[in-house]
Amino acid sequence: MAVTIRIPTPLRKFTDGKSEVDVEGGTVREIFDDVENRHGGLKDKIFDDAGEVRRFINVFVNGEDVRHAEGLDTPVKDGDELSVVPAIAGGLGSRPRQV
Amino acid sequence: MAGKSYDELLAEYRESIPELDPEQVEETLGNEADVTIVDVRESDEYRAGHLPGAVQLSRGFLEMQAAKKLPDQDSRIIAYCAGGVRSLFAANSLRVLGYTNVTSMKGGFTRWKQNGHPVDVPEALSDQERERYARHLSIDEVGEAGQLLMKKAKVLCIGAGGLGSPAAFYLAAAGIGTLGIVDYDVVDLTNLQRQILHTDARVGDPKTDSAKDTLLALNPDIEIVTHNDRVHSTNVDELFEGYDIIVDGCDNFPTRYLVNDACCKHGIPNVHGSIYRFEGQATVFWPGKGPCYRCLFPEPPPPEMAPSCAEAGVLGVLPGVIGVLEAIEVIKIILGKGDLLTGRLLTYDALEARFRELKIQADPDCNYCGEGKEFPGYTDYAHFCGV
Repeated sequence: MAVTIRIPTPLRKFTDGKSEVDVEGGTVREIFDDVENRHGGLKDKIFDDAGEVRRFINVFVNGEDVRHAEGLDTPVKDGDELSVVPAIAGGLGSRPRQV
Repeated sequence: MAGKSYDELLAEYRESIPELDPEQVEETLGNEADVTIVDVRESDEYRAGHLPGAVQLSRGFLEMQAAKKLPDQDSRIIAYCAGGVRSLFAANSLRVLGYTNVTSMKGGFTRWKQNGHPVDVPEALSDQERERYARHLSIDEVGEAGQLLMKKAKVLCIGAGGLGSPAAFYLAAAGIGTLGIVDYDVVDLTNLQRQILHTDARVGDPKTDSAKDTLLALNPDIEIVTHNDRVHSTNVDELFEGYDIIVDGCDNFPTRYLVNDACCKHGIPNVHGSIYRFEGQATVFWPGKGPCYRCLFPEPPPPEMAPSCAEAGVLGVLPGVIGVLEAIEVIKIILGKGDLLTGRLLTYDALEARFRELKIQADPDCNYCGEGKEFPGYTDYAHFCGV
């Protein structure tokens, strides 16, 4: 299945700056495996050591959160759009702010 | 046919239209259920005070509006004006229109008030406010009632930076009665590429002071409350007290989580915006009505997972788009109109010029907003540089 995965700005350094990557796979997990084959390093940023999506990142298929579907086993079909959405702190962060 | 003089008409109506003095009117109101009190004075007279429950039907528009405002022609109607003359003429017009049970109040509103009967003074905008907000008043969804709701609203902006600037700017312009601004920082030259509340001349000044000056210059009728402080676990409850809505325009995770947690604890809507480079997100987190920030992102990223400070950056105009979306959601919450972004994360990609919508759901097991969960307390996360 050919699926488009949308890469958030902070992770585009792993996709040569591309905001979208076309990948193959029948489930969300397979999609990420294929992304990793094409653009190494991305998976480490998205998954924790236990192989789960990190808690500050959400994955959506066609705008629906996969946590409320079948998680990484959520099936995808031709033409689906998968979005990776990390928490974004905010505006600038031009300098660190201490507590 | 010779016409009748004013005196002749007045005498004729006095003869044929029953009159009640204010005491009799009050007694009638106490004894009878289906009495409609009709104030036939002009709008400005009505706004200055009227009999409780009176329907306003100006003498000048009486024939045009009677059917709409007084649908039952056989109900008991007591008309009054300022002194008792206009109401006699109005009562006659109602009679001509087919109303069968019309009385006029002797001595009018003046005597009613003099004799110590109850008066309702409706909340109303001043003439100057009516002019300032004229373009709001002509929208049905806002109108005078909506504008009064905005005047009464108390909104707290977290941060007077990239997002807080446009949000607060427009909220002040819209007439939000009380606008709180929390920020502990001072204006820096690097801020001015996007933080439009501040000016070159105010570099080095506290952002709260600078924001207040700008906002009051735009709209001196509102109240700006400055909180020159950072949000932390020991002051967040106090900071939020009395505010109806929080606008999250902060730039760091520790504050975002504190803002979210306090909004959950107090049941306040949290209008959220975040930006990074060319991308922005906006939504409304509202405990009980939709997810909270922690339903979406249970924990902040550890410092080592966040991009370095050097990578942070944002197109100066981007917070304008997202901050203004936040301001619109605030106004919709106040007015109770439209579909809020509750349960929807709106994302904006400026390079693609594309908005997308992601569905976000409340987590019933969320420790912060889940039903029946005991509030777990605040967490002060370590500050670090991140996106």
